[in-house]
Amino acid sequence: MAHGAGGKATRRLVDGLFVPLLYDAQIGSEPDRLSDAARVAVGHSDVAITTDSFVVTPLVFPGGSIGELAVNGTINDLAVSGSRPVALVTTFVLEAGLPTETLAAEVRAMGRAARAAGVAIVGGDTKVVEHGKTDRLYITTTGIGQPLPGVSLSARSVRPGDKVLLSGPIGDHGITILLARGELDLEAELVSDTRSVFPLVEALVAAVAPGLRWMRDPTRGGVATSLNELALDSGVGIHLFEEAIPVRDEVRGACELLGLDPLHIANEGQFLAVVAPDQADAALAALRAVPGGEGAGAVLVGEVREEPAAAVLVTTRYGGSRIVDMLVGDPLPRIC
Amino acid sequence: MKYVDEFRDPEVIGRTAEEIRRLADPGRHYRLMEVCGGHTHAIYRFGLKDVLPPNIELIHGPGCPVCVLPMGRIDDGLAVARQPLVTFAAFGDMMRVPGAHGSPLEHKAKGLDVRIVYSPTDALKLARANRDRHVMFFAIGFETTAPSTALTLMRAKADGVKNFSVFCNHVTIIPAIRAILDSPDMRLDGFIGPGHVSTVIGCRPYEWIARDEGKPIVVSGFEPLDLLQSIVMLLRQMREGRAVVENQYKRVVPWEGNRAALAAMAEVFDLRPYFEWRGLGFISQSALRLRDEYAPWDAERVFSVAGVRVTDPKAAQCGEVLKGVLKPAQCKLFGKECTPEHPVGALMVSSEGSCAAYYNYEHRKAALPLKILTPA
Repeated sequence: MAHGAGGKATRRLVDGLFVPLLYDAQIGSEPDRLSDAARVAVGHSDVAITTDSFVVTPLVFPGGSIGELAVNGTINDLAVSGSRPVALVTTFVLEAGLPTETLAAEVRAMGRAARAAGVAIVGGDTKVVEHGKTDRLYITTTGIGQPLPGVSLSARSVRPGDKVLLSGPIGDHGITILLARGELDLEAELVSDTRSVFPLVEALVAAVAPGLRWMRDPTRGGVATSLNELALDSGVGIHLFEEAIPVRDEVRGACELLGLDPLHIANEGQFLAVVAPDQADAALAALRAVPGGEGAGAVLVGEVREEPAAAVLVTTRYGGSRIVDMLVGDPLPRIC
Repeated sequence: MKYVDEFRDPEVIGRTAEEIRRLADPGRHYRLMEVCGGHTHAIYRFGLKDVLPPNIELIHGPGCPVCVLPMGRIDDGLAVARQPLVTFAAFGDMMRVPGAHGSPLEHKAKGLDVRIVYSPTDALKLARANRDRHVMFFAIGFETTAPSTALTLMRAKADGVKNFSVFCNHVTIIPAIRAILDSPDMRLDGFIGPGHVSTVIGCRPYEWIARDEGKPIVVSGFEPLDLLQSIVMLLRQMREGRAVVENQYKRVVPWEGNRAALAAMAEVFDLRPYFEWRGLGFISQSALRLRDEYAPWDAERVFSVAGVRVTDPKAAQCGEVLKGVLKPAQCKLFGKECTPEHPVGALMVSSEGSCAAYYNYEHRKAALPLKILTPA
């Protein structure tokens, strides 16, 4: 299960099996091969392409459902790779006996999410497997996007001094799912943060494109895992200021009770960006000015330094510090 | 957030750290043991070492129940789980602990019915909901978790639930502290006493440590300020030449403990003559088993349990680390063969284990100069 959790084991699986056996440098022209979407030259233009499968349980949770997640998740992978999401195709794997209304509700949710994001769902496939061979409904979405002009993202372009920005509060999705399973006698007024982050990305690109170095949406494995990947790929040290990281009280409370670190909890509607030092203020202003207040929670959470090489360090207000590693194992399986 | 933020207030923490520097004799080296794994975790998580002067050394104690469980017990528990129609239920902490033939999680991946529960009553609920299966709760923990196991067993007995049992690995903290103090290679100046264990047993059981061994002990909470304040209290005692039991965690720990919890434990458990602790060896009267009245719910009697003994991998130095003789990074396997992903020893598995805490929060920062640890 850990190989699917988005942390260390996932990375080992990708680096150790998929990349050596499948990656073809002739076709993929993306210099940073392990980003959230690949670039492929089609005719005279580049296209971004990505895919993601969704196996969340429960199917419906406060703030969203598997259908919305399947659309927004793939849109976000395209967005944080610096592309405008254009179209999706989708595959449904259904368990025999799945109520029609359950499926219909999810298809409606997908339609709503796609329309809200201005993305077309242009094709799909359906498979039904025997009862008991899957858990009700799995959805895969594959998306293509158009790379935004003037954007060049790469972990290797990140330099000491660069600033780390975060679009809003973390951990909402993972903790919402955990509570929605009803296995803990815990309740909180908390909803998943599932949404398209493309409007935020677009504003950021418009404001600071040349100074924008790297973006990632911290889904499984959370902010800690995304930033550790950046640290490993670039060799730099990432310093986070604990007091600057926005975490809702409900999420903090649940994490305190359960011994989890909010930095390891999944998000479905936030993203991290690294920008040049002199662009941080402009970047934050642009995010916060996005209509509808979607970027109102954007904050500077850290900066890039030379040390500790290839690691993430969190400093506390009282001068303590700790290394934050990638997620190991999986505290909450099947969250997306 | 209430009950949390006031114990992490930077200004108060700064003042308390100042007080520690004032009280600590610069010509003396202090070795203080935090008995509880929860404290070990908190010390690393909050980076408290960065706040303490270098002559205050914190030694990590044996209070991590997963860490002190011998591998053979896990194998015995999993052997029961491999029997037909048995569900193995345990706390999440247990899931990645390696037995000789894999961890509970690895057994789950192979198709065994292994469930994470958040309390023993959840395991009993599972049994009630699945009458065609036998649910075995693999119980671990000190006096912190033993009362909830006891109450669950009382409920199972009262309701006549027949498809439920407990594989009891509950241990008691006092004999472990005694074993540590009896260890010849151990030089300690004082103890940060366990917080949650003391909510149950109270503070009296520690009195001999102060009286007979002359070591001060302060029962402590788990927030940064709790731990720093406990160190202040220990240093004050040492400075004044006193050695008594003090309670820093008064908001949670009553001096006399929790009588109802102790009564439930006495109803259900009695002491095993001896029990093996990983790293510490056999300690007499250090663990609990089910009383004869509860035999029908005792997995060790319901199923024939082999009583497997597995020696730890030779190169692993869990025992020395557990006793505080070696620091985690001084173990030959640390960070090489033994990592949180592929733990060889149990100290690397539980987040309360000192090796995992050190690996996760500390070890790559060891070489850092202090100046870059403060926000720019």
